[in-house]
Amino acid sequence: MNAAEAQDLSVFYGSTEALKKVNLEVPEAMVYGIIGPDGAGKTTLMRSLCTLLPYSAGSIRVLDYDALTESAQIRARIGYMPQRFSLYQDLSVEQNLRFFAKLFKVSKKEMIAQREKLYGFSRLKPFAKRLAGNLSGGMKQKLALSCALIHTPKLIILDEPTFGVDPVSRVEFWQILHELKQEGVSIIVSTPYMDEAVQCDQITLLHKGSVIGQGSPNEIIARWQGKLYKLKGDNLQELYKYLQSKVDKADLQLFGSEIHLYSKDELHAELIDTWKHEFPSLSSWEEIQPGMEDVFLKMMQ
Amino acid sequence: MPNLNRIKAIAEKEVFHILRDSRTLTIIFIMPLLQLIIFGYAMNMEIRQVPLVVDDSALNSSSRALVDAFIHTDYFRLVPKSEGILNPGELFKERRAQATLSIPKGFGKESLTVLLGIDASDPNSAQMIQNYATGIVNTRFAQAGAGINLQPLILYNPDMKSSFFFVPGLIALILVMICALLTSISISREKEMGTMEQILVSPVSATEILLGKVIPYIFLGLMDALLILAVGMLLFQVPFRGEFIVFLGFTFLYVLTSLCLGLLVSTMAKTQQGAMMMALGMTLLPTLLLSGYMFPITSMPVILQKITYIIPARYYLQIIRGIMLKGNNVRHLYQSGLSLLIMSVTMLVIASRRFKLRLS
Repeated sequence: MNAAEAQDLSVFYGSTEALKKVNLEVPEAMVYGIIGPDGAGKTTLMRSLCTLLPYSAGSIRVLDYDALTESAQIRARIGYMPQRFSLYQDLSVEQNLRFFAKLFKVSKKEMIAQREKLYGFSRLKPFAKRLAGNLSGGMKQKLALSCALIHTPKLIILDEPTFGVDPVSRVEFWQILHELKQEGVSIIVSTPYMDEAVQCDQITLLHKGSVIGQGSPNEIIARWQGKLYKLKGDNLQELYKYLQSKVDKADLQLFGSEIHLYSKDELHAELIDTWKHEFPSLSSWEEIQPGMEDVFLKMMQ
Repeated sequence: MPNLNRIKAIAEKEVFHILRDSRTLTIIFIMPLLQLIIFGYAMNMEIRQVPLVVDDSALNSSSRALVDAFIHTDYFRLVPKSEGILNPGELFKERRAQATLSIPKGFGKESLTVLLGIDASDPNSAQMIQNYATGIVNTRFAQAGAGINLQPLILYNPDMKSSFFFVPGLIALILVMICALLTSISISREKEMGTMEQILVSPVSATEILLGKVIPYIFLGLMDALLILAVGMLLFQVPFRGEFIVFLGFTFLYVLTSLCLGLLVSTMAKTQQGAMMMALGMTLLPTLLLSGYMFPITSMPVILQKITYIIPARYYLQIIRGIMLKGNNVRHLYQSGLSLLIMSVTMLVIASRRFKLRLS
């Protein structure tokens, strides 16, 4: 059984098609990533999987229940963390946890056991009496995750859980996800960050409502064909402009401290020497292995 | 089947919100008091101490008895007459008097006719002045009158005090406004803040959410009703002739109806602002104009009379006036109570049907 699957899923907002024939299979006990830039349709997909959105065509099964006709069964068995912080800001950490436990009919004994375990993960125990609205961004996300886990769901669906969270808290958050996976929880997580994409077991790359790639991060990177070069220079902006006159703009990616240049075939050293001659600030170049971001940017074209 | 524990969980959470949110508490307790005081003093329709100029040409015992009868009430105050012939028009123009009384020579002997001049630039006051004057003449001098002698028997409010009329009416108006506002805002706030999205992904049903929202506010609504009643009785000396338990029971039904109206509004509004506008629009003017509070229902055009059947305050006004002024008991009021019950159940059912468990 898959934790979740979608077949030819299409969702319309009025006349705009937010998801176009999306196919998806999420195996159990995996961290499954939905990767894409803003506006790719990640939230629409996550909400559809949570049975929150009526979809126009196709089908969704979650934990072997149909999302249209058996939404009540699904909702009782999954945990969901919306993109926006959606807990009660004027309730304390403990009150939020207790409220969600009661919504899911968790017995008091189980609730206390699960809560202590979640405090272990999240280290929120010292803040139990603090109002959710007064927590830091990272703590808020950990509380939201805890509320989604209070009824020990088989599957949790997290929509951009690390949005607006500082880097240290992000790392910590992902550690918690990996620990949960060890316990057999299936996790579907969406993110626009490529460094998080590579931490997933499997991913779906989403762009403008369509799937542009699926598989494990390594598989996807391994499918890369062609060469990739890293170029550095004193004045990157100028260098970027210069290179645009030499090669196809689509093959160039400007990063913070370097430029990546894609080429179908190997570049001859003489060619680059000519560039160096014409544009002396081009200081170094070398062939590199593509990363997730390079692959994704290439696939988006 | 709605699950009791889940309803309890939602109700309990709602209580935390109310206790933490000073704005809600302000709406619940300060607003009704302000309204009661402002409406109460502004809507006073009685007239006291009407300036009266008397031109007594008879100057005998009968005429003196008549003038005494006028000025020994709280309604009229004697303003000294200037020299010359009494000219009501001039006096009214200068606002020195609102009424004049001319007693001809030979009053009490040859004639019993006197002339009462009234400034009717404000027709309501004029009507009142005429009523007071007729009342005075009828009670004191009825035996002397000729022809048909109409003896009015005025029950429940013999002094026709307007506070007897507006305090019960205000309880009806304020309760429906506040209660409809409370539930509609509480639900639309969850939509606006995104918390609704979070609780929808749980086994909770629409009925559970709605009932959980209504229950805490029933208590608040009843507390509000008691507060308005107490302040109304203290400030405006309104009597309470019925039984308290009857009042509580029927007010519970009215509060429930008003809260359910708020729930219905919340299924139509997306934002708190929209919910607020809609809740006020559906309660304030209809209650003021179509419930029989300001204007008698029987004198409305037929189509408006039909509309009044869906105004909850129409029923509650009969109930509250009945209890406070007439000392009505359940036997007199059960029909109105039943109408309220039917209305609240109908609205609750429609609201839970309309309440969407999905986003759109």
